[in-house]
Amino acid sequence: MSASAVFILDVKGKPLISRNYKGDVAMSKIEHFMPLLVQREEEGALAPLLSHGQVHFLWIKHSNLYLVATTSKNANASLVYSFLYKTIEVFCEYFKELEEESIRDNFVIVYELLDELMDFGFPQTTDSKILQEYITQQSNKLETGKSRVPPTVTNAVSWRSEGIKYKKNEVFIDVIESVNLLVNANGSVLLSEIVGTIKLKVFLSGMPELRLGLNDRVLFELTGLSGSKNKSVELEDVKFHQCVRLSRFDNDRTISFIPPDGDFELMSYRLSTQVKPLIWIESVIEKFSHSRVEIMVKAKGQFKKQSVANGVEISVPVPSDADSPRFKTSVGSAKYVPEKNVVIWSIKSFPGGKEYLMRAHFGLPSVEKEEVEGRPPIGVKFEIPYFTVSGIQVRYMKIIEKSGYQALPWVRYITQSGDYQLRTS
Amino acid sequence: MTDSKYFTTTKKGEIFELKAELNSDKKEKKKEAVKKVIASMTVGKDVSALFPDVVNCMQTDNLELKKLVYLYLMNYAKSQPDMAIMAVNTFVKDCEDPNPLIRALAVRTMGCIRVDKITEYLCEPLRKCLKDEDPYVRKTAAVCVAKLHDINAQLVEDQGFLDTLKDLISDSNPMVVANAVAALSEIAESHPSSNLLDLNPQSINKLLTALNECTEWGQIFILDCLANYMPKDDREAQSICERVTPRLSHANSAVVLSAVKVLMKFMEMLSKDLDYYGTLLKKLAPPLVTLLSAEPELQYVALRNINLIVQKRPEILKHEMKVFFVKYNDPIYVKLEKLDIMIRLASQANIAQVLAELKEYATEVDVDFVRKAVRAIGRCAIKVEQSAERCVSTLLDLIQTKVNYVVQEAIVVIKDIFRKYPNKYESVIATLCENLDSLDEPEARAAMIWIVGEYAERIDNADELLESFLEGFHDESTQVQLQLLTAIVKLFLKKPTETQELVQQVLSLATQDSDNPDLRDRGYIYWRLLSTDPVAAKEVVLAEKPLISEETDLIEPTLLDELICYIGTLASVYHKPPSAFVEGGRGVVHKSLPPRTASSESAESPETAPTGAPPGEQPDVIPAQGDLLGDLLNLDLGPPVSGPPLATSSVQMGAVDLLGGGLDSLIGGTNFVAPPTAAVPANLGAPIGSGLSDLFDLTSGVGTLSGSYVAPKAVWLPAMKAKGLEISGTFTRQVGSISMDLQLTNKALQVMTDFAIQFNRNSFGLAPAAPLQVHAPLSPNQTVEISLPLSTVGSVMKMEPLNNLQVGSGQGRHPSPYSPTSRAPLGSVEGRVYRQMFLATWKDIPNENEAQFQIRDCPLNAEAASSKLQSSNIFTVAKRNVEGQDMLYQSLKLTNGIWVLAELRIQPGNPSCTVRLSLKCRAPEVSQHVYQAYETILKN
Repeated sequence: MSASAVFILDVKGKPLISRNYKGDVAMSKIEHFMPLLVQREEEGALAPLLSHGQVHFLWIKHSNLYLVATTSKNANASLVYSFLYKTIEVFCEYFKELEEESIRDNFVIVYELLDELMDFGFPQTTDSKILQEYITQQSNKLETGKSRVPPTVTNAVSWRSEGIKYKKNEVFIDVIESVNLLVNANGSVLLSEIVGTIKLKVFLSGMPELRLGLNDRVLFELTGLSGSKNKSVELEDVKFHQCVRLSRFDNDRTISFIPPDGDFELMSYRLSTQVKPLIWIESVIEKFSHSRVEIMVKAKGQFKKQSVANGVEISVPVPSDADSPRFKTSVGSAKYVPEKNVVIWSIKSFPGGKEYLMRAHFGLPSVEKEEVEGRPPIGVKFEIPYFTVSGIQVRYMKIIEKSGYQALPWVRYITQSGDYQLRTS
Repeated sequence: MTDSKYFTTTKKGEIFELKAELNSDKKEKKKEAVKKVIASMTVGKDVSALFPDVVNCMQTDNLELKKLVYLYLMNYAKSQPDMAIMAVNTFVKDCEDPNPLIRALAVRTMGCIRVDKITEYLCEPLRKCLKDEDPYVRKTAAVCVAKLHDINAQLVEDQGFLDTLKDLISDSNPMVVANAVAALSEIAESHPSSNLLDLNPQSINKLLTALNECTEWGQIFILDCLANYMPKDDREAQSICERVTPRLSHANSAVVLSAVKVLMKFMEMLSKDLDYYGTLLKKLAPPLVTLLSAEPELQYVALRNINLIVQKRPEILKHEMKVFFVKYNDPIYVKLEKLDIMIRLASQANIAQVLAELKEYATEVDVDFVRKAVRAIGRCAIKVEQSAERCVSTLLDLIQTKVNYVVQEAIVVIKDIFRKYPNKYESVIATLCENLDSLDEPEARAAMIWIVGEYAERIDNADELLESFLEGFHDESTQVQLQLLTAIVKLFLKKPTETQELVQQVLSLATQDSDNPDLRDRGYIYWRLLSTDPVAAKEVVLAEKPLISEETDLIEPTLLDELICYIGTLASVYHKPPSAFVEGGRGVVHKSLPPRTASSESAESPETAPTGAPPGEQPDVIPAQGDLLGDLLNLDLGPPVSGPPLATSSVQMGAVDLLGGGLDSLIGGTNFVAPPTAAVPANLGAPIGSGLSDLFDLTSGVGTLSGSYVAPKAVWLPAMKAKGLEISGTFTRQVGSISMDLQLTNKALQVMTDFAIQFNRNSFGLAPAAPLQVHAPLSPNQTVEISLPLSTVGSVMKMEPLNNLQVGSGQGRHPSPYSPTSRAPLGSVEGRVYRQMFLATWKDIPNENEAQFQIRDCPLNAEAASSKLQSSNIFTVAKRNVEGQDMLYQSLKLTNGIWVLAELRIQPGNPSCTVRLSLKCRAPEVSQHVYQAYETILKN
């Protein structure tokens, strides 16, 4: 069904630690992995799924490590990749950073976790908060009675333990919208979408029942709230954390859940409604072979005047053999980053409706280099607080707990750049 | 302090020292020692010598230490099976520990120690753990049953663990249910015959309830299990779909894909007219699009699956073209997959945008990606006729870039465009010719040569161009050589006066100086053709070419249906059935989509529905036939040929013309008969056609002999199976054509109208040549006789068994499928095999394709046998007498174009009257059927 064994390899392909779950694939088969990877890379046919004879390798890379699952069956590939990413998440929560060093430093606990995360190829408990309740770095003494199975592990509510207590009951709600944009070289928008996430920071006692109300158009239509007064948003595809009752949402669009403790992502949504690109870039990159490159970039804030975009960074590609940069900016500062072959123009604060200009000048060597270079796009990073492009709003957050305490929800809105690319000619 | 210090001890007497430490009295020291042992194990050192010492540490109340010892055991028990017994007692004890963590740990580890001797000791503890009060222990024990089953299946069955496992599906705890489902699915997968997962509406209901409560992984186990269920009717399918759709909103991509699998599968059962069907289609698109924002590896899996979904149900994503636009930082494997899907979604509505994108991609730097983008432009031209002109001009722009691989790729696709739209874009040939010198890849060279040959009359210096290729003839690849040969012959036929020398030269190069049999054969055929009958040569070589299909690389529909059942798995990523990459037959079950039924009818004909999708909705794809004859028509370069009737017929007829005209009836067409016999449940044991003599047509196309055998009509479809319509029939043959004689009887109480008939694809390309025409409505108890002409040019698909034919006919929209049980006397063209050709072909077919049979009690002499067979269109090519035995060399051709050569050895005066038959054929599967036919004919 899924993985036969899971390996963590160093960057050279040497196994650091492994766990054999099913025993139907010889552990020595992993030796074929690295040569295969190198070979496929040379052929330009690298894919996340490699096979050697009857053995299939499903792999992902994380910092200087490879996580590889082997199988000889028709395994559920999406489950395996999903599991490998989850494993990384758990290790990161345990060791802060996951790299070769941290695996070596914690091999005992890595073994313990691998034992608990998966059994005979079936993923089991992968919630790091719950795992931390019974697999701890301190060695467990049985007499303390601490290392009982937390009932949470097998509960229907497998993400929250009972008996959590806070003096002050609060929930912080972050509504973060990322704008993905793809503009082609002649300035027409190919793709514009908003990917929103709602993140919660929960400090609540007991087992609270939460209900989140949004200005969801489908809900408004269901409840007859739609009208000129209430602005609503059509969420195209909504994804929820496992705590949300999906069938309830499917029935009447109610978002109800018992939250995990602390930080988590409650939901994400996507809207493909086209919005005016928030920061619009016009660029002229003129390349005079053997002598120089001249770059002119104009940036315009196409959002409300009251709003301000913070930490704007516009990265403009330059040829890899460019030298002696010179810049002129109407606002902010420009910096040449040769290792990435870009100029980064940073503007700390960019109010809506404003337009700024940057000019750059580079020298080019008189001998042109052989290989052809790609044409990377211009990338833009920004963050606009107190604002959502989609107009989504949290209408209410109801918190009910049987002890009847009063809890305060706090809401914050941010719009930021996602995958924001403008192709250059 | 970190654990890395345990890795540092590399002293000489390490093992000895560790031994001492392991036996230390101090607990702390012991634990440190075990950690060192595990560290050594991790870096691959052999520490199995310490087995007894480590096992001695097993009895401890320290959980961490216990886990380490267990880990050690899992690694080394197999190498020390005798000593592993030492651990059994502790395991048994630990399974009764008051702490559920320990109980679960023990039962989990036990299952991982794959030592036969131990397993039997584990049954009792496992039995207890399966009934444990703590769900954590139960869920672990459930998995342990699957482990044990993997080691000793018999033991698990004898001990009744499977029943206990089945009971756990009703457990109160969702996690236990999920693991029990996973374990049962795993066991069922390796034992496909066992009816373990006995799914019924009640158990499905339980699973659907647990689906709402268990972890993300549990949801996947349950969804994957649900996907194997076959709902009894469309209502049940819809109600399951309704309860599965909420999973599309799960944050875990794997849950989403497994849900998509269930929905795609059950959707097959829903009527397209249903409102719910439309709703479901709409609900599927957004989650599929969102999968593209997942991690790249998951995106890759999603894209490979979307590729399948787009082929199966194009309507789902037809408006989502933009999300497949390639981003600069996408990994290359994502880029290539996106490109593939873009082409599939290209339509008149979005072609402008697609072309602009493709043009952009074609100027990127990654060679593979650029090539694919250029090829994609060509595919767009072929797919969307309105865009062809724009595509061609885009390709010309790209050729102007002079980037070598772009030019070559462009020429390859332009050749296909010429094929699709003849006499439309030839004006660009001049531009193409300019780039002749830069072509260094065989495919591009071959394409260019094809173009020059095809349009030789419009290219003034065609002879010079081709001559320039001829210089290095022997260094070219086979593909180029074959193409060059054909192109020069074409040129000669078009401009005979100036090019005689050139054609002589190429023919002698191909026939005398080449080691390649394909090339030599083609050379000889052209040579003889040209020297005997130039007119026929013209007809053959310059024959009109079949159309090329719009879609290329389409997955064959039955495979596609199978792959849809495997969404999310490796099979869906490889686009191969699991049997192609999973070892052995074990664990491989062919899955197919459920049949589309309407609940009202399902009660009447539950098991007769055809497997696979309803015919007629699928795009037709002709599987590659490896047809040597098609090769002669230089079709070898083209993408799959489309339009079954036209394409197949022209290939076959063309080939026959070539051989018939030029080589003095080189290969005679024999009439072979596709005997569609009982193969599907619809055949209710009706008598299988009387005798096999009707296998071969006895009248033959020329009408030499009379007495074509016609089987009496048999009831193919009893009235009770088709709402009162009874169909009986047989196959007949009338002067060169085959017909299906049907007798329709209305045994219902109502008048019947709107009759229709449809043939599923079959091994012999059998299809109705005309629509079923029943002129008047059929009143109750009335019977009507119809003769339905059949053709053998339908699309061919290998069936298992070969002679399996499924036909559906009936009233209105719901055909009742059945399998005609009479043998169909089908036949095709005339002719016989030329002697030398026979020899050459006989030698050419590998020996492993030879099948030998004995026909007993056949008192015929050679002449009698020969004439008997001849009347059934099996032709005797030659006769010899070797050591008192008569040897007959014979040939026949099946209607689907397969040639069979036969050697018949008759021993006159042999008392047992045994005749030996050797058959050679490129498709050895047919041998058995041919043998049966021989036997029938000779004994009749």
